[in-house]
Amino acid sequence: MNLSRRTFFKTCGAAGAATLAARPADAAPSATPGAEMSAVLVDTTRCIGCRACEAACGEVNHLPAPDLAGEAQVFEKRRTTAPAVYTVVNRREVAGGERFVKTQCMHCVEPACASACPARAIEKTAAGPIIYHVNRCLGCRYCMLACPFDIPRFEYESAAPYIRKCTFCADRQAEGLEPACTSVCPTGALTFGKRAALIEEARERIYHNPGEYERHVYGEREVGGTSWMYISDRPLAQLGLPSHLGTTPHTALAQGALSVVPLIITLWPPLLMGIYTFSKRREALAHEHAESIRGSHEEDRHA
Amino acid sequence: MRDQSITARPWVTEKIFLGLSLRDYVRSLMTPGTLVAGLILTIGIPIIVYRFIFGLGAVTNLTQTTPWGIWIGIDVLSGVALAAGGYTLASAVYIFGLKDYHAVVRPAVLTGFLGYLFVVIGLIVDLGRPWNLPVPMVYSFGTTSVMFEVAWCVALYATVLFLEFLPAIFEWLGWSKARLWAVKLTIGVTVLGVLLSTLHQSSLGALFLMAPTKMHPLWYSPYIPVFFFISSIAAGLSMVIFESTLSHKYFSNRVPQHSHEKMDRIALGLAKAASVVLFSYFFLKLQGLAVGEHWGLLGTSWGAWYLVELLGFIVAPCLMFAHAVRTSNVRLVRWTAAWTVLGIVVNRLNVSVISMNYNVEEIYVPSWMEVWTTMTIITIGILTYRWIVNRMPVLDEHPEYRESH
Ligand code: SF4
Ligand code: SF4
Ligand code: SF4
Repeated sequence: MNLSRRTFFKTCGAAGAATLAARPADAAPSATPGAEMSAVLVDTTRCIGCRACEAACGEVNHLPAPDLAGEAQVFEKRRTTAPAVYTVVNRREVAGGERFVKTQCMHCVEPACASACPARAIEKTAAGPIIYHVNRCLGCRYCMLACPFDIPRFEYESAAPYIRKCTFCADRQAEGLEPACTSVCPTGALTFGKRAALIEEARERIYHNPGEYERHVYGEREVGGTSWMYISDRPLAQLGLPSHLGTTPHTALAQGALSVVPLIITLWPPLLMGIYTFSKRREALAHEHAESIRGSHEEDRHA
Repeated sequence: MRDQSITARPWVTEKIFLGLSLRDYVRSLMTPGTLVAGLILTIGIPIIVYRFIFGLGAVTNLTQTTPWGIWIGIDVLSGVALAAGGYTLASAVYIFGLKDYHAVVRPAVLTGFLGYLFVVIGLIVDLGRPWNLPVPMVYSFGTTSVMFEVAWCVALYATVLFLEFLPAIFEWLGWSKARLWAVKLTIGVTVLGVLLSTLHQSSLGALFLMAPTKMHPLWYSPYIPVFFFISSIAAGLSMVIFESTLSHKYFSNRVPQHSHEKMDRIALGLAKAASVVLFSYFFLKLQGLAVGEHWGLLGTSWGAWYLVELLGFIVAPCLMFAHAVRTSNVRLVRWTAAWTVLGIVVNRLNVSVISMNYNVEEIYVPSWMEVWTTMTIITIGILTYRWIVNRMPVLDEHPEYRESH
């Protein structure tokens, strides 16, 4: 079984074999990926749904003011981010109450969007934020397909569209400021800091308030870690955070297939040329054979 | 006889108007087929123009959760698979030395080249910022991206196909020296073509490796690059059978009568190969199911659709090809080839559109303008094919070079 499978792959193209062989190595559990990168801890037990973060985000990014600012009825519909809305706060009904959850780009430690982009229009900066360069973007929208959190947004109504998403206020961070949204949060639901420190902070909150939090820091390990992390008193899936993503960075998924490229480039030409030479030789032999037969016939006739 | 009249007429009349006067030429174009094509283009081209002025949202039903629609599924993914006849046959004839198939190499290479040309056009229509296409080619290399590899391979392979087709163009123009030079390139270019095709046929599948949580598990598989590669061979072979059938019907004036029997033999040979390829494709699909342990999903409604693809579009054509070969039933071979071609389109749509975002409420249905644009691009392809076949030695051989291979 095993043997036949292997020979089969050998004959039908190495593409699959290497895909199978490439099992992404799990990162050592002790090290915190992206420890020194900037990050935000979202404590959903503290969020009151005031949407000051939405307003601040709109302001610094020159976006239109949020929908129905200051009105509770905004929570009746579930909103998603949009080309001109980098972050939204939604209300979630949970057993015995409601919780508010802010959504924006998670600024993955190993961002699928950036590794999917053929033009490096999306780039992970050393400081942490994942930023976008419109002058390189093809508008292929592969980043949208690749992002496990469904974050990049495309300007469908424009003839010269941009990909839009939360920038983690990279410009403000470069000036030593914290992101606009975290800076205005009145309840401490958003804490800005270094990733490793925030994970520690999250663990401490969970540890010191027994029974008040789920024992899960969402984003610590999901898809290889994210810069925006969430803690909550309810299972995080109930808050609408995707629970089926796994801990393997999606960036690793395509690398197996890509690693076949150099293999094929080096193996194919000599292989194909070999076959070619072989079939030429066979043809020449057949030709010679035919000639010699004809020759002997000729001789017969002459004799 | 023919040659004398050639030299007597001006170049343009001979090369472009098929030896007719302009009026007769235009009149010869007034067929029902041309009129239908004309209708499609009169509506389709303004749609494309409109799309470039008002953005993708004005003509498509794409959304933030469904960024890829039928332009990717049909124009690009299916287009590339169906253009696989070029590398499949070029390698069979030039590398493996299966000279019997020589008669279909040129039509296959031409279909391949036009296929890619229209993949590129489809892509340009679909890209939000197509003017940035040179970026990943010239200075900003997204080497971690499968899309980057696909882009390079498609660009290079379209060039390779053009080089492979050059001899036909030179024969048409009567440039013997240039032709000789182009023929010398054949083997090198073929090797390069096989190399590039192996890479990008499979990497088109690898594009979807990045969407494990969005695709339905029956279609998401780590084997997806192999599925795409193997099925592209079946697609290419079937497309050659399918297309040579149509060509022989509609361009019978270009095809010498005695070659029909030869074409039947070629069709049977290709069908045999296609049957074997579909057979291995089927077992790979089963292995994909086994590795993912998805047997249980077969009982769901998604499973039913999956089985339609598996049994109806892989097993059935495989058996039909085999049966047709055993009974030398060329008619059945041709119908099966058309069915296989359809099956590949179904598969590419399943992967890129239907199984995508299966867990999201909103369902993408293409707008009529998206469908029309796709029809427009295919029509331009067919018209170009007709234009070339009517002029260059593709289906028939140029009288001067008949003995030269
Ligand atoms: S959440 Fe999506 S868009 Fe944001 S960094 Fe991660 S992969 Fe990229
Ligand atoms: S849409 Fe732009 S940013 Fe997104 S993957 Fe394509 S080129 Fe990169
Ligand atoms: S980090 Fe900046 S861009 Fe992102 S949601 Fe907050 S304010 Fe908006």
